[in-house]
Amino acid sequence: MIAILDYGSGNLRSAQRAFELTDHEVLVTDKIDVALAADGLVVPGVGAFAACMEQLVAINGHEIIRRRVESGMAILGICVGMQILFDSGTEKGDHKGVGVLDGQVSRLRAPVLPHIGWNSVEPAKESKLFAGIEKESFYFVHSYAVTQRPHSAQSDASRNTYTEYGERFLSAIESGHISATQFHPEKSGKAGERLIKNWVETL
Amino acid sequence: MLTKRIIPCLDVAGGRVVKGVNFQNLRDAGDPVELAKRYGDAGADELTFLDISASNEDRSTTLTMVERTADQLFIPLTVGGGIRQVDDVNALLRAGADKISINTAAIRNPTLINEISDRFGNQVLVMSVDAKRAATPSGYEVTTHGGKTSTGIDALAWVEEVIARGAGEILLNSMDFDGTASGYDLEMIRDVRDICDIPVIASGGAGKLEDFGRALEAGADALLAASVFHFGRFTIGEVKAELINEGYSIRL
Repeated sequence: MIAILDYGSGNLRSAQRAFELTDHEVLVTDKIDVALAADGLVVPGVGAFAACMEQLVAINGHEIIRRRVESGMAILGICVGMQILFDSGTEKGDHKGVGVLDGQVSRLRAPVLPHIGWNSVEPAKESKLFAGIEKESFYFVHSYAVTQRPHSAQSDASRNTYTEYGERFLSAIESGHISATQFHPEKSGKAGERLIKNWVETL
Repeated sequence: MLTKRIIPCLDVAGGRVVKGVNFQNLRDAGDPVELAKRYGDAGADELTFLDISASNEDRSTTLTMVERTADQLFIPLTVGGGIRQVDDVNALLRAGADKISINTAAIRNPTLINEISDRFGNQVLVMSVDAKRAATPSGYEVTTHGGKTSTGIDALAWVEEVIARGAGEILLNSMDFDGTASGYDLEMIRDVRDICDIPVIASGGAGKLEDFGRALEAGADALLAASVFHFGRFTIGEVKAELINEGYSIRL
């Protein structure tokens, strides 16, 4: 069973349908026991970093994420759901994230923001998420991203996927049982559908 | 590299597509779900529904239509028309819309822009601006009701205001060029681009294949078109092939 963590407003319906295409049972939930028991937990997220964290904490989502990471259970963060996995974010002031990944989320240096639309990726060398996906674009909508990671993690090219918009930023990460994408796979047509299938196959 | 977006726009009312759409082999040319899928398969980068329902009863069917569409379409969906308050936005997002566009309601009550972006993030808010040439300081005025009603608001000052209030994108409709098929309003696109650091979606006037590249050159990030696609004058694939030929970064 795949759980999609419901901790605020936004379009969860498309995410649910996209994951259902993998023929797994998909539950949209704010229940701790369901989110902890799931084979895979999807952490979506839209809006500002701090607002998202606040809503996440309100349902104890940060604890669910930490406990899953400690016990080696899979997580897929999407968009701001990726960002809040890191140590901190600088959107509308400095804010703490869940902190299961090293790094800070900061405003992209680009002439036009938000970064909205379909952009290409340089997949991580040993990526499972992008297996069989070549020269495809994914749908992004964000103004903030992780542009630098602490040296040890950043030097591990097997884990980090990058995209260029104004500057180079982390568009996906695969670190142990934590996966995350800055883009929206559930809105990225066939390529996104394939990526979702790839993630589900790792569960 | 970020690609330029091509966005077909469907006018809907009472859960049906209004204005005929001339596709071959369509079982039901009025079914928004079938059309949305067609455009998605044809390479649309996003899809926009503009709800022009006259009554509240008709509007309630829009939510069902959005749900049915979102269940089958895996590209971003924007819904505009009839949004008056934050709760309307929440209902649309919950039904499966990714973005909403507002126009008249924000002119009547500009704080609605702040309320929507504070709650859902600025990325959900496409600010639709129906502008035409007039004797205002910038030479452009904001209009409503398809260009028929003047507001007296300077269009460029309005663009700056909505950005400051939290709009995520500008949907720029030239009421001088809309329906003329004489090309996008390049001068208006340039003038808005000069003062605008959020994405600009240009709308109004597409008639020929070469019109699209010119609008991108003028500074548009995305291009919205309705009748040229609905009436089959050319396909999204043909527009994209032309733009790739002209050297633009386009998703296939």
